[in-house]
Amino acid sequence: MGNMAEAEAPTAPPAAAETPPPATPARVYRHRLPVRLWHWVNAVTLLILLMSGLMIFNAHPRLYWGDYGANADHAWLAIAAQGDTGYLRIGETRIETTGLLGRWTDGEGVVRKLAFPGWATIPTSYDLASGRRWHLLFAWVLAIGLTLYMAWTAFGGHLKKDLHVRRSEWAPHHIWQDIKDHARLRFPRGEAAARYGILQKLSYIGVIFILLPLMIFTGLAMSPGMNAAWPWLVEVFGGRQSARSIHFIAAWALVAFFVVHIVMVLLAGPVNELRSMITGWFRLPPEKAE
Amino acid sequence: MSGGIIVPRRRLIAGAGGLVAAMPLLSACDAINEAPLTRKILSMGEEMHMASQRALMDRDALAREFTRADLSPVFRSNGTKLPPGAAYAAHAARGFADWRVAVTGLVTKPLSLSMADIRAMPQRTQITRHDCVEGWSAIGEWTGVQLSRVLAAAGLKDRARYIVFRCADRIGDALYYESCDLVDALHPQTILAWALNRELLPIANGAPLRLRIERQLGYKHAKYLTGIEAVESLDHIGAGKGGFWEDRVDYEWYAGI
Repeated sequence: MGNMAEAEAPTAPPAAAETPPPATPARVYRHRLPVRLWHWVNAVTLLILLMSGLMIFNAHPRLYWGDYGANADHAWLAIAAQGDTGYLRIGETRIETTGLLGRWTDGEGVVRKLAFPGWATIPTSYDLASGRRWHLLFAWVLAIGLTLYMAWTAFGGHLKKDLHVRRSEWAPHHIWQDIKDHARLRFPRGEAAARYGILQKLSYIGVIFILLPLMIFTGLAMSPGMNAAWPWLVEVFGGRQSARSIHFIAAWALVAFFVVHIVMVLLAGPVNELRSMITGWFRLPPEKAE
Repeated sequence: MSGGIIVPRRRLIAGAGGLVAAMPLLSACDAINEAPLTRKILSMGEEMHMASQRALMDRDALAREFTRADLSPVFRSNGTKLPPGAAYAAHAARGFADWRVAVTGLVTKPLSLSMADIRAMPQRTQITRHDCVEGWSAIGEWTGVQLSRVLAAAGLKDRARYIVFRCADRIGDALYYESCDLVDALHPQTILAWALNRELLPIANGAPLRLRIERQLGYKHAKYLTGIEAVESLDHIGAGKGGFWEDRVDYEWYAGI
């Protein structure tokens, strides 16, 4: 995510038509400090929230819709073990997941019948109390960070300059073109590489303004204290167990975003991308010589 | 995992297994989790939640009350399902006719209430959602006396700041207990319930009397009540953290989230 500032490119001297293109590619200051800071704080925070969240899920690995839901009620999703088989059930579909979900072997060779394996949870062995403490503290980091970032995005020009989707970009052929380019792994070069494409804009907007707030509000909707303070919140999501289900689904949507994000970084040039998210400076990929 | 609750935190795991490369990292994570400084930092979250929730909600803001149409078909029980020991069994056999609940501590007039005394007081019925720390919820209809009435009858002294709930269920080496501050103790929905879904409280749900503290999670709702004690500080109750699971596995004392 970033912001385009002036290119520090060595500009071609006038009247030098025959001069070959500059040897050093142009560098641009692409990501301002708040973007970089928030990016890395969030990376750590979301990892902790996910892993401690999976620990909390392990305490009751069943999901329901509505206000209530416990073992006697119908779960639309469940992770469990039957005999030697671990499985994930979504609706009526049962997928065997032995070794990964429901039944797995821990680092000491002990068979555990918990939903998510120890390597995916904080802490590694079953400890709901600690999982909750990590989760509920880092929920504050996420919420405060997101609030500050949203304010900065709105008032610091990031929204208008970098994330705003222009009318022309909404055109179906433009979106389709970007999808085709991504499918063919054809990424923008030169100046265009410093700006966000339409799919990039939509994913960042979706994460910052939809998914992350959804995580926070569905999380709050599960709190009995918040239910008394803001009774409307849990109603918006259709009840506490629905809020819990949406919280779980949105968490995996964030994981999906993360996977695509990492793949894109790898394809676009991990060193350049990483450097730009650490120092702010991004090396423009040179225009293809025709 | 249906019945598998609240397993005490295991000590640091060590050793290597399938994920040889990742194991030192995982052990390091667990070591971080156990470090006293980490626990101190982690507990800041609880303080922030309590302060912010108390700021956001009215002192008497009510938990949602449902209708009979919303009741869970089965109200799940959890934790102790039958307190061990001959004494409790004898009480159960006599229908808890001799069960007494002591109201003691910083009160002007200590009480010893029978179930008949409790039922003779004005009653409140509420259909509320019970939220377990594990994640499940069940909706039930509860009837009982408001704790505020019992405390008023006993005369709370000015120095009293917390109410401790003593229970008959022994888990391992100790009796279960819980506590809350006066905001929750005097809340209109905080009741000592003896009926669930218009029937006498089943043993699995805490017969003959349990606490309902509707703006907090299930482990605060102490079952099998034998005593209510007004205190100035929780420091010398149990291990000082205000509850059985708080002392043992570091559950939050403020369980509003």
